[in-house]
Amino acid sequence: MQRIGVFVCHCGSNIAATVDVKKVVEVIASEPGVVHAEDYQYMCSEAGQEKIAIAVREKKLTGIVVCSCSPRMHEATFRKAAERAGINPYMVEIANIREHCSWIHKDINEATEKAVILARAAVAKVNLNTPLTPGESRVTKRALVIGGGIAGIQTALDIADAGYKVDIVEKTPSIGGRMSQLDKTFPTLDCSACILTPKMVEAAAHENITIYTYSEVEKVSGFVGDFTVDIRKKARFIDADKCTGCGACQEKCPSKKTPSEFNRGLGTRTAIYTPFAQAIPNVPVIDTEACIKFKTGKCGLCQKICAAGAVDYTQKDEIITEKYGAIVVATGFDTINLDKYDEYAYNQSPDVITSLELERVMNAAGPTHGHLERLSDGKAPKEIVFIQCVGSRCSDDRGKPYCSKICCMYTAKHAMLIRDKYPDVNVTVFYIDVRTPGKNFDEFYRRAVEQYGVNYVKGQVGKVIPQPNGKLLVQGSDLLDNKQILKEADMVVLATAIEPNKDVRKIATMLTASIDTNNFLTEAHAKLRPVESPTAGIFLSGVVQGPKDIPETVSQAGAAAVKVVGLLAKDKLTTNPCTAKADELLCNGCSSCANVCPYGAISYEDTLVNDHGIRETRRIAIVNSALCQGCGACTVACPSGAMDLQGFSNRQILSEVDAICR
Amino acid sequence: MQELITRAKELLADGTVARVLGWKIGDMPYNPEPAYFETVESLDKFVYNGFCGANLSKYMIEASKLEGKTLVCLKPCDTYSFNQLLTEHRVDRDKAYIIGVGCKGKLDIEKIKKTGIKGITAISGAEMTDACDTLEIDTIYGKKSCSYADGMLERCHVCKGKEHKIYDEIIGESRDTADGERFAEVARIEAMSPEEKFEFFKSELSKCIRCNACRNVCPACSCRKCVFDSTKFDSAQKANVDSFEEKMFHIIRAFHVAGRCTDCGECSRVCPQGIPLHLFNRKFIKDINEIYGEYVAGAEAGSRAPLVNFDTEDAEPSIVNER
Repeated sequence: MQRIGVFVCHCGSNIAATVDVKKVVEVIASEPGVVHAEDYQYMCSEAGQEKIAIAVREKKLTGIVVCSCSPRMHEATFRKAAERAGINPYMVEIANIREHCSWIHKDINEATEKAVILARAAVAKVNLNTPLTPGESRVTKRALVIGGGIAGIQTALDIADAGYKVDIVEKTPSIGGRMSQLDKTFPTLDCSACILTPKMVEAAAHENITIYTYSEVEKVSGFVGDFTVDIRKKARFIDADKCTGCGACQEKCPSKKTPSEFNRGLGTRTAIYTPFAQAIPNVPVIDTEACIKFKTGKCGLCQKICAAGAVDYTQKDEIITEKYGAIVVATGFDTINLDKYDEYAYNQSPDVITSLELERVMNAAGPTHGHLERLSDGKAPKEIVFIQCVGSRCSDDRGKPYCSKICCMYTAKHAMLIRDKYPDVNVTVFYIDVRTPGKNFDEFYRRAVEQYGVNYVKGQVGKVIPQPNGKLLVQGSDLLDNKQILKEADMVVLATAIEPNKDVRKIATMLTASIDTNNFLTEAHAKLRPVESPTAGIFLSGVVQGPKDIPETVSQAGAAAVKVVGLLAKDKLTTNPCTAKADELLCNGCSSCANVCPYGAISYEDTLVNDHGIRETRRIAIVNSALCQGCGACTVACPSGAMDLQGFSNRQILSEVDAICR
Repeated sequence: MQELITRAKELLADGTVARVLGWKIGDMPYNPEPAYFETVESLDKFVYNGFCGANLSKYMIEASKLEGKTLVCLKPCDTYSFNQLLTEHRVDRDKAYIIGVGCKGKLDIEKIKKTGIKGITAISGAEMTDACDTLEIDTIYGKKSCSYADGMLERCHVCKGKEHKIYDEIIGESRDTADGERFAEVARIEAMSPEEKFEFFKSELSKCIRCNACRNVCPACSCRKCVFDSTKFDSAQKANVDSFEEKMFHIIRAFHVAGRCTDCGECSRVCPQGIPLHLFNRKFIKDINEIYGEYVAGAEAGSRAPLVNFDTEDAEPSIVNER
């Protein structure tokens, strides 16, 4: 029989105002196994922890129940306190009477009753607890960053500067990401490329950074400190070691009609291409779907023209297998598909464009060489309408429920830049709210209104109707003046909602990182652990975690790097002892557990067992405790009940249920 | 049947197999029982007719541990069970020589008796060589007859088809005897109010005498040690203190075989109390089909069942919860 001490925390008034803590102490003291019960104002304080130590000493406790806040908050604190007092830390259980009880109840009697029940369940569990000892696992001192945009580049640079090896895997032929597509950046209006390209060059030149462009993560196995990753390096059909980046091949390539991904489909590119002039690496790739050589077997012009002899049509995809201690997801975003927003005529008129397309139009290296012109007829627009929140803050399933966060600021930027360069162009912005929380952000927006005379109209646009004369009739409402507006515009720009890149679901599944309903990766804690995934060893950088602008992305990228460095700096990691274990006398060897194991931790061995005198060789499940994360999926899948989770055994859980139902 | 016996004798004589797993003549004309035959002579007692409903797949768990190969006779629907056991590594394919035996539907003596035919002394028309359309029955009250289809087991009215999913050779013709709607009865119960459902199951399950026949015959209930026989769990004790303990046993059993049950119908066939136990399992099958897409346990060895598999296309738990 255990000798259990129960410690009931007031949490100031957080618990004590709603739960009669004295009553909890009184009732729980008579539970089987309980030899000591007391309450205190702050159990987590120095004095509170000392109370535990004294009780352990005086009452010879073997188990501890702390009735307090969520175990996510202070389980570690109380386990350490128990260890200092000489008790195995896994003999401690927390009854969460704050988040699960006092915070959600108003009636003191109800809350007290529930607190007693929760405490009773914890006592029932501790009665069946056994001491557990954590193991150790090694740390591979190398990090993987998935995504080569500004988030990935910054994270990689910071990790590399700290002295650790980092690999960047980028899906497209060049690093740079969305930021490389932008023209100017708010709120300083400095040129995006001017601040990004030096970082790209720095990353490429860094001795600790290896960049795999035109590559994708294909398979991930292992666990924190010891991941094994297969990276598919897609065939470029160019020998990167020989290529000098002279660009002759691209000049001569006769297949010139493929829409340029980099220019958001507004311009074209050749079949052999680098996405943009400052691409890193400056090594082209051949798009086999556009290439005449690949389609018909004829042509081969690029190979003939290449003085370096770098073009190799026989190149094959390559799989690189590497070990990593930590993985950072920095897969970024894309704008949403606008097919469901017919009212804005995006698919009907080339003069209705997204803001990201406008970035390309405004950019000197873009499809119009930086001239603001209508894409339908090349004429200079005189009247431009911006529509905010297209697909953001959306209450139906056409768009996204969240605020995309960056649109208010970039629209102010676009409006300001247009008014600055083309003072004869009228700019109207339809908005729901203008949100400018950020350093120098509101000043920036006010400048657009006050200095540059941008016409801001509070109200949404109901319809954009292309007119026979080529103009666009914009029908909107002005909520402040309470009137309908009909406006003829030459161009309409849609501040389109952003969403995580489509690939992120696949990547999250490979990493077993949790993902929310909007496909953003979930943080371990929304406030206190914002750059970590709940899956150990997986970190988040940039928009993959939630909408954010460049300064925020760079800050978060640095934060993720610090977390990675903190992990890589360790030589050994303590493993969680709450892992699964199969009872070899009950195991059927049926593989159900291995099939459901998300960590690949279960294998089978033909084992000689002695089942009450019957000696035979059986196929028995073996759990690799270093890989096991203690999720418990196997224990539920096991039909015979052979698989059990240490620290959360079926018996322990059922005894908790029994205690609650008593 | 003669062709089957001849072939079995051949394989036994030339040492290909060490024993034959089939059925032997019972003490009544309608109750042949599963049996091992280890000598050529003993095969004279071998029988295969319309009353050989027993699914022999589960015997292969123990037979896989024996020296040499075992010739096992499997009907088309039994091969699903064998495949499922193979998927779960419970039987050894190399230890089995599978003869896929022809099947034209299996008979249920209880159903025949329910038509009012009592005091049976002999039955003809149940032999596999026949067309299987009418049973001529001698009784102590005189000659009677019954249509083959009217005497068929419930499971044969929802036949999974005449195709053997795994075999080394096939002897005899099979036919698809399906003429009923497989999930009709489940849908009828689903439509009941919770109170009506509880009353229905209470009236059925309270007949249970806990003889464990359903569990012992079930190819999915193949655990080395059943949770109800183990002291490691409190399942048995917990069930004991419930005034309606039978429901605990049957519900836990249904959960344990969920996603693995091939709907072979053996549980209902062997129940001495005539409880339609297969309905529990069929409810799970219907739910799995609806939530995760059509899935037939045992249709393919090594396939990953929806309940022990996950991918990004799976229904979200919230969708499952809403049901």
